[in-house]
Order: sequence, then structure tokens, then C-alpha cells
Amino acid sequence: MSTPTRTPTGAPAHLTGPGSGGVGDSAQRPDGVLKVRGEFAYGSDLWMEDMLWGVTLRSPHPYARVVAIDTSAAAQLPGVHAVLTSEDVPGEKVYGLELADQPVLAVDVVRYQGEPVALVAADHPDTARRAAALIRVDYEVWEPVTDARTALGHPTTDALHESDAEVTELSRESAHLHPEGNLVRHLKVRTGDPQPTAEVVVVGEYEVGMQDQAFLGPESGLAVPADDGGVELYVATQWLHVDQRQICSALALPPEQVRLTLAGVGGAFGGREDLSMHVHACLLALRTGRPVKMSYNREESFFGHVHRHPATMRYEHGATRDGQLVYVKAAIWFDGGAYASSTPAVVGNGGTMGIGPYVVPNVHVDCYGAYTNNPPCGAMRGFGSVQTAFAYESQMDALAAELGMDPVELRCRNAMEQGSATPTGQVIDSPAPVAELLRRLEAMPLPAEADGEVDLRHMPGGVSNTTHGEGVRRGVGYAVAYKNVAFSEGYDDHSTARVRLEVVGGEPTATVHTAAAEVGQGLVTVEQQIARTELGVEQVTVHPKDTTVGSAGSTSASRQTYVTGGAVKAACEAVRGQLLARAERLVGRPVPDLRLAGGQVVSDAEEIAVPLADLLGGEAVEETVQWRHRPTEAIDPETGQGFAHVQYAFSAHRAVVDVDTELGLVKVVEMACTQDVGKAVNPQAVVGQIHGGTAQGLGLAVMEEILIRDGKVVNPSFTDYLIPTILDMPPMRVEVLEYADPHAPYGLRGVGEAPNISSGPAVLAAIRAATGLPLARVPVRPEHLTGTS
Amino acid sequence: MEFLQPATWAEALEAKAAHPDAVPIAGGTDVMVGINFGHLRPALLLDLTRVDDLREWTTGAGAVRLGAGVSYARVITELGDRLPGLAMAARTIGSPQIRNRGTVGGNLATASPAGDAHPALLAADAVVEVASVRGSRRIPVTDFYTGVKRTAMDADELIAAVHVTPPSGPQQYSKIGTRNAMVIAVAAFGLALHPDRRTVGAAIGSAAPTPRRAPAAEEFLAGELDALWESRAELPTEVARRFGELVAAASSPIDDVRGTAAYRRHALSVMARRALTWAWTDYRNDAKGA
Repeated sequence: MSTPTRTPTGAPAHLTGPGSGGVGDSAQRPDGVLKVRGEFAYGSDLWMEDMLWGVTLRSPHPYARVVAIDTSAAAQLPGVHAVLTSEDVPGEKVYGLELADQPVLAVDVVRYQGEPVALVAADHPDTARRAAALIRVDYEVWEPVTDARTALGHPTTDALHESDAEVTELSRESAHLHPEGNLVRHLKVRTGDPQPTAEVVVVGEYEVGMQDQAFLGPESGLAVPADDGGVELYVATQWLHVDQRQICSALALPPEQVRLTLAGVGGAFGGREDLSMHVHACLLALRTGRPVKMSYNREESFFGHVHRHPATMRYEHGATRDGQLVYVKAAIWFDGGAYASSTPAVVGNGGTMGIGPYVVPNVHVDCYGAYTNNPPCGAMRGFGSVQTAFAYESQMDALAAELGMDPVELRCRNAMEQGSATPTGQVIDSPAPVAELLRRLEAMPLPAEADGEVDLRHMPGGVSNTTHGEGVRRGVGYAVAYKNVAFSEGYDDHSTARVRLEVVGGEPTATVHTAAAEVGQGLVTVEQQIARTELGVEQVTVHPKDTTVGSAGSTSASRQTYVTGGAVKAACEAVRGQLLARAERLVGRPVPDLRLAGGQVVSDAEEIAVPLADLLGGEAVEETVQWRHRPTEAIDPETGQGFAHVQYAFSAHRAVVDVDTELGLVKVVEMACTQDVGKAVNPQAVVGQIHGGTAQGLGLAVMEEILIRDGKVVNPSFTDYLIPTILDMPPMRVEVLEYADPHAPYGLRGVGEAPNISSGPAVLAAIRAATGLPLARVPVRPEHLTGTS
Repeated sequence: MEFLQPATWAEALEAKAAHPDAVPIAGGTDVMVGINFGHLRPALLLDLTRVDDLREWTTGAGAVRLGAGVSYARVITELGDRLPGLAMAARTIGSPQIRNRGTVGGNLATASPAGDAHPALLAADAVVEVASVRGSRRIPVTDFYTGVKRTAMDADELIAAVHVTPPSGPQQYSKIGTRNAMVIAVAAFGLALHPDRRTVGAAIGSAAPTPRRAPAAEEFLAGELDALWESRAELPTEVARRFGELVAAASSPIDDVRGTAAYRRHALSVMARRALTWAWTDYRNDAKGA
């Protein structure tokens, strides 16, 4: 499946290359061998001899009043050490990433199925579970609100432009799930003519189902009470410091007394940005004075983290007859579920980038995030851009069909480029090779047609033996997308790195200490690579990730290589500055070309080579740097205008599918991807991100959906929540472009999310091409392709 | 939870007689999932993996006697030629790991309407051999499934083996899942042509409360083929289409998270039509080869 990356086309030339272990090399992961051997310790492997097990009692109802909770029977069960409810939360009883609206434990009302109500700690997990079943909760069950537009009081059938702007008032009139109403955020983008007209108009309404991150390592952690009255928490998470802030608030403890260390993370994809068992385990540990482990099973995991927002989207595109976009109007509704989580920022992304990487003079976007009684939705890879890409790319295909134009040609004719203005009025000041990405895809050879030899593994339906070629039609589809990198809209986005250089066993060794969560993506490798390149040493130790160093910000928004990479680079530069100054003092004069290489301070001009071991002796040089990317700004609340995003990542996909049109089964034959990454810091890891992002996008296009009936999840298992297997995810062709972003460290761009955004729409387009069906909803199910819904 | 691990078949039967509520476990691909999800909490587990006899298959009296503990992987590698329909069904099951662990006996004991082996066993007129300390008896597989996850077995009985006669004609098996591997059947279809008896076996899975045969489809096709067995003439398209309709009509599917009833009916008709076409082509080609 692996394919080579392209030669750099504009990356800084001074960087180290293959085999060096530095920036630009496909250096090996420090945790790779352990993971392949099954020896890596994940959060669920945490263990202490005297630990207790914590379990959570959850609401069976999506919406109900909690009338009474009786914990007496549970507390009396032998082996039970604590039974806690919201009354036992010493600090703030609600928490949240952006808005504090989610109860640590249910207070008076439960707003989604699976909401935590009570906790038990016992000496055996089975005992804890049996005790939880003995807790009596009396509920007054209410009818759940399960549709975002209904929650906002919006009509669900009117034409696009009649959607009312007076949303806040409407939401206050409908059933309030929260005191402020059901509107979490309404983002408006307004540019150009408010009443535009065009020669050709296409209108469509699209729907995206609720996707799950489906990480394999369940929510897990171990809380250990400390002698100072505080707590140590070992937890699999994405952002230690934002967890710490929320835990401190709930426990009413200062940050010094809540110390976090990252446990082994088995995948995240956004699903670990919100708290899960964090506060619960700490509460139980502090109450019992014993270490408490909590680890969800697979079913509980589906209720234990947020999902990708389902979306309903109505789009209207106007263009000239020769295919120039004149206007786009869009209304986007994100169902945020019971609590806000990241909904405001998801709405921000969905709205500001909701028309795709195209130049459009007149734009009118309304993007809404709503509270409902569905499961809470929040961060997931692609973050608001995945949903809108299905809509805007479907619209581009519909427009191309209407114009009788090639879909790639239409896209290229309207593609953003460097110097283009986004709908939010931001001039793109780094390369934006949208058209080139598409043209390169188009130039790739297509996979061979089936040659008559039947290999079931290559057929729709696979080895289940449903077709030997009967009913199979091939389709090809294209899609292109863009995504902001790092945090936006004026957020003070920074990271902290502490770098130490000392001689260990005669060998100069750097230690990189950040709090940036390694979730499988390979940041630990990148940290080592940057230190090798900047300090000219081979030995680089990555310190365990914890809160004894400043915040690194979240492992999300494709930002860590950029922001924490930038911080590590800056800290290395500070260390290097000290070392060079020290060397100059030793030499007794300034040496202009002094640099670090091969564990020495060298000058080619003056033929100096001082080993770091000699320079440092027994001393260490250490620097801690807080690093920021250039600031963004809040957008105008009425027009959406502003410098909202620091960087964009661009990717495009071509999908080739075979569809058994009679049975509605799909085999994706090939996925091809082109992506501009600015600089591939670790080319193999970059291609890995592209493969993985592509698979996750393909999954949403054809199978991945959390199904909800009346607010209840009906498929909380990997038996019925399906993710792609190796027979579903085909081999890929990948071309990685490296057009440096002059504003970013090494010119790099965030990589992880963009391929997750463009892959699904390309698959959908290919299925449309194969079947001729309009297909306005993902995931596409066999029923949709066979008229048997 | 108690755990019994008999070393012999006699001990296993005694244990089951003493503890009729004991849940037998072989590959564990159903039982352990149930336990891990908290859906199953047996007071007593009866581990059959030490009973070596169960993992043997033998041939005799025309039929293969397949021990209840033979894994799907071995059905594929060791019996693919003798029991092609069952091997094709086995090939659709789970992942390599699951096929290494899971057993045909376990599939029968669970008796899920979605069990992959059932349509193949039904189409092939298999016979289930069950035993207890009272003795053993044989239950035609057609009479074995009595309800959703219910069987004709008594509480003190264990499955010893299943007897399947190697076919006199082609067999086919097809299954719909919503991904291309490792998936529970949305609908499944098993077909066996019996030119020696001039009959047809056709059975469906995941489309009724139990796996079941499609008798009207079997009778219709047997009637149509009566004139064709000898000549091995081409099968009229209309016959295949009608056969598909009758197979679908034998189902009584429901809407659930895996698919709609309408899709299941539709898919059965398509699978049955295609499977028959492939089987008849094989039958005609066999003659050319012979």
C-alpha cells in the first residue's frame, strides 16, 4: 500500500535528509517496536497492587428528570468502597471544553442516554458493576428533542433563503434543553451582493450521519491519591492541561495538586478532547484514599465520548454558463447533542470554510449548532469540514452536470490559489495549489478493469460471494477540500517545550519535554527529529508527557507538528545559542559560521571542531520556550469577516469504485490522493496519515454511522458499528507536494485532517457516477442503491 | 462463575447431566463476546476444548461426520472438496482469527438466525448428532432450529457432530454484509443441487426468526430441472428469476440496524438467482469435463 512521496518542490534546502533521523527523514517511531509486539502499555493496562475499580452508572433515558437516587443497597455490598453522586462533587458541578454546561454527575436532569449519574469503587470490577446495578434511580421520563432544526424552531422543508435569521428568539420559544435556549452558535458569513442572480443555479439538500472516532483503546485511566491531599492522574487523553483545568474546577483543588501524566493512547481522532472518566476516577480516589482505575468496555466507550456532528445542509450554487461561480448560499445545521463540547468551534469551521476551496464573490452562509437530546457531539478529525465537504463537492458535481462540463475542469476554473480571498475576507498568503492537486490526480493512470478472472476479494461483497461480475458498474469521482490548521478565531494558541542537552555516558544527549499528547500520530518521532536537526546530536530522549511542563495545547486541529514542533525548534535554538556562545568564549572570539553537527560545535571556515562532551563537561544546558504561531482574529459576528485561520491544508482525492448495482454493495477499487504538506517532516508518517485519513473518510461514505432511534443509540458495538477492513480500504496512490508555507516552521503544514475530508466526497461522487443515482446522504447504504429503504 | 473442564466426552455428558444450565464453550467466539458485553452471565461454563474426539472428522456410510469442535478454518482447508457449500459459508465468517477458533458445533448451539453455517447445512440436508448420558440421537437440521436462538435439544444434551453427505452436484453459498469482510449476515442463501435424487436444497439465513428452507422454491426448481438434469441444457433465465422470487417469498424478515426487510427480500431474490446460475453452469461444465 505504501507509495513514495515526491521530491521536495520548494522546501528549505538546509534540512537533513534520509537516514539522518532528522527533519525530512522517515525516522523510526521510538514506540514502534513495542506496539508491533503488543508490549506497549496503553491506558487500559495501568495497574497498581492495591487499586480499586471504578464504574459509572449511566442514564438509560435520553431526557428525564432525576427524582431520587438511592445508593444504600449498593453501598452495603461487600467489597464496595464508595458510591458517589453529584452531591459528592466538591467544586463546580459542570464542566466543558468551551462552555461549562455538562454535569460531572447528573444533577437534576439527564439530557442524553448514557449520561453519568453515579459512581462506584470496589475491589473487583464485577463487584463494582453489580453495585452500580443496585443503585435505584427514579426518573420522570420526558420526550426527547432529537432533531436539530426542530430544537431551534426552524422549518425543515422551506426553501434555502427563507431560513429565518431570528434564530435566537425562535430557540427560546422551543423546549429549552439548557437555560439559554437550544442554540449553541449561529455563524454568519456575508460577502458581496446579498441578492445575487446567476444563469445556472443548482440547489441540493444533503445529510451526513453521526460518525464515531472508533479508536481501539477505550477510555482508561488510573487516579492515585497523593500525600499532599492532591491526586496524580494517569490518563489517555489529547490535552493534559485542559483536562487539568476542568478537573481542578470540579475537585476545587489548585493545579499544583492535580498532576497529570499521559498514559498510552490507543487512538483519539478528537474523541478524547472532552473529559470522560477523569474527574470520576479522581473523586473516587480522593474519597477512598486508594488508587482507582477506570476503563470502559467497548459498549460503554460508545457512550463515553463525543461523536462527529450529524449535519443537514442546504446549498444553492449560482454560476455563469461557462462555469464561473457567482454565488453560494448555504444553511448548515449541526446537531450538537445534549452538551456544547466543541460545537462552537465546529460551527466556526463548518461556516467559515463551508463552500470549499473555491473563489466565490457572493457568499451567504448560516451555520447553526443546536442542543438536542442526542448523544453529545464534538471534535472529530476534520471538525465541521468533513460534513460540509460532502455538500459542496456534491454541489460542484451537480453544477458540472447541469453545465455539461467536466467536474475537474469546473473545480479548477474556480479553484483558490495563493492571493485568493476566502469568503471570510482573508487573503491566502501561502501556496494554495488546489488546481494542481486535481490535475495531478487526473494525470494518474486509472486502475485496470477486471480482466474476467474472478477473485472474490476484488468484488463488491468480497468473499461473501455475491457477484462474479453480475450487476457491477465502475465509477470515478473527484473531490478537493481544505481545512484550517491549528486553533482559530483569535484563540491564544501556543505550546511549550523544554529542551535539555547534557552528556550521558559520554554521548551528547538531548531531552525534549513537552505536554503534547502522543495519540499514535507520531509526534514523539517528530520531536526527536527536530532536536536532531537543530542540535546535531543523535541521542534524543522524549520525556514522559505530563503537567510538570507548560501546556502544549491540544493534539487536534492538525496542529502539533506545527505548534509543538515550533516550540521544540525554538527551545532547541535557544539551547544552541547558549552552546555556541559558550564555544565562542572558549575560542575567545566570535566565529560567524559556528554550528552544531555530529555532536560537535564546528566551524568550516576556521576548522574548529569542539566535541559537546568537552564543551559541557558535567553540566547541562536547558531552555524552556513558550511558542505561538502568528495571531488570528475573531470574526465579525454579522459578516464573518476576519483573519480567522492561521494556515490551510489542501488535499484532493480520486476514488474508483465498483458497485454491484443490483445488490447495492460497493467495492472501492482505488483511492488516489494528492496533498500539499509544505514540508514532509517524516515522509512515511505523512503517507500514513493520508492512508488513515482516507480510510476514515471512506468509512463515513459507505458504512460508519451511529444509529439513533428516539435519542437512543442502537448499535453501540463493533458488531454493528462497522469500520473498513482491508477488503474495504484499497491500495492507494499518493503524491505529496511540498510547497513551503513561509509562516510555518520548516514550511510545514498540518497533515492529519485534510485527507479525511476529501476522501469521502470522492467515494460518494464515484458511487453516483457508477449508479446514476443522486445520493444526498452518507453513509450510503445498500438500501439507498436498490430502492429498498 | 464456575468452570468445568472435562477431559473426555463421557465426562462432558455427565457434567451436562449434572448441570443442565451449564453453558458449553468451544471456540468462544459467541460465548466470550456475550460475557464481555455483559449479555451473558452463566453460572457455569462447560469447556469442551479438552475433548479431543470433538475435533475430529471422519467419513463413513456416505456422509462426513464432522465433530462439533472442528473449526471453520479446518472446514475450509480439509473439507473444501467434500463439503463445498459449508466451506463456502465458512469462508464468509469473521476474520482468520475467528475462523481458527469458531466451530460448526458452536454455530448450531447458538442457533442465531444469522449463523453463517445454517443455510449451507439446511441445503445439504445435514443431520445433527446430539448426545446425553441417556444416549445419542440424530435430528435432521431442518427440525433443529425451533425459534430465535432455540433448538430441539434437551437441557442435558450436547452436540457431538453434524453429518453431511458430500454432494452429487454443485453447491453455492452467498451472504450479504454491509462491508466486504468480517460482517454479520444481513441475508444469506445456501443452495445444493442433488442430481442423484433429482432434488434441490435451498435455504435462507438472517431473514426469518430461524434459518429456514425455501420449500416452494425447492419444489419449483426441482420441477423445472426434471427435464434438464439429463440434457444439461441451458437454464432459462425466467426459471432463475422465478426461483429467486420464491426464495425471497420464503423469508419473513424484519427491519433492523443491519438492513430493511425490503432490502433483505430483494437481496435474497438476487442471490438465489445468481447462485442458481453459477451452480447450473458448474453442473453443465462438469459434464463437459467428464
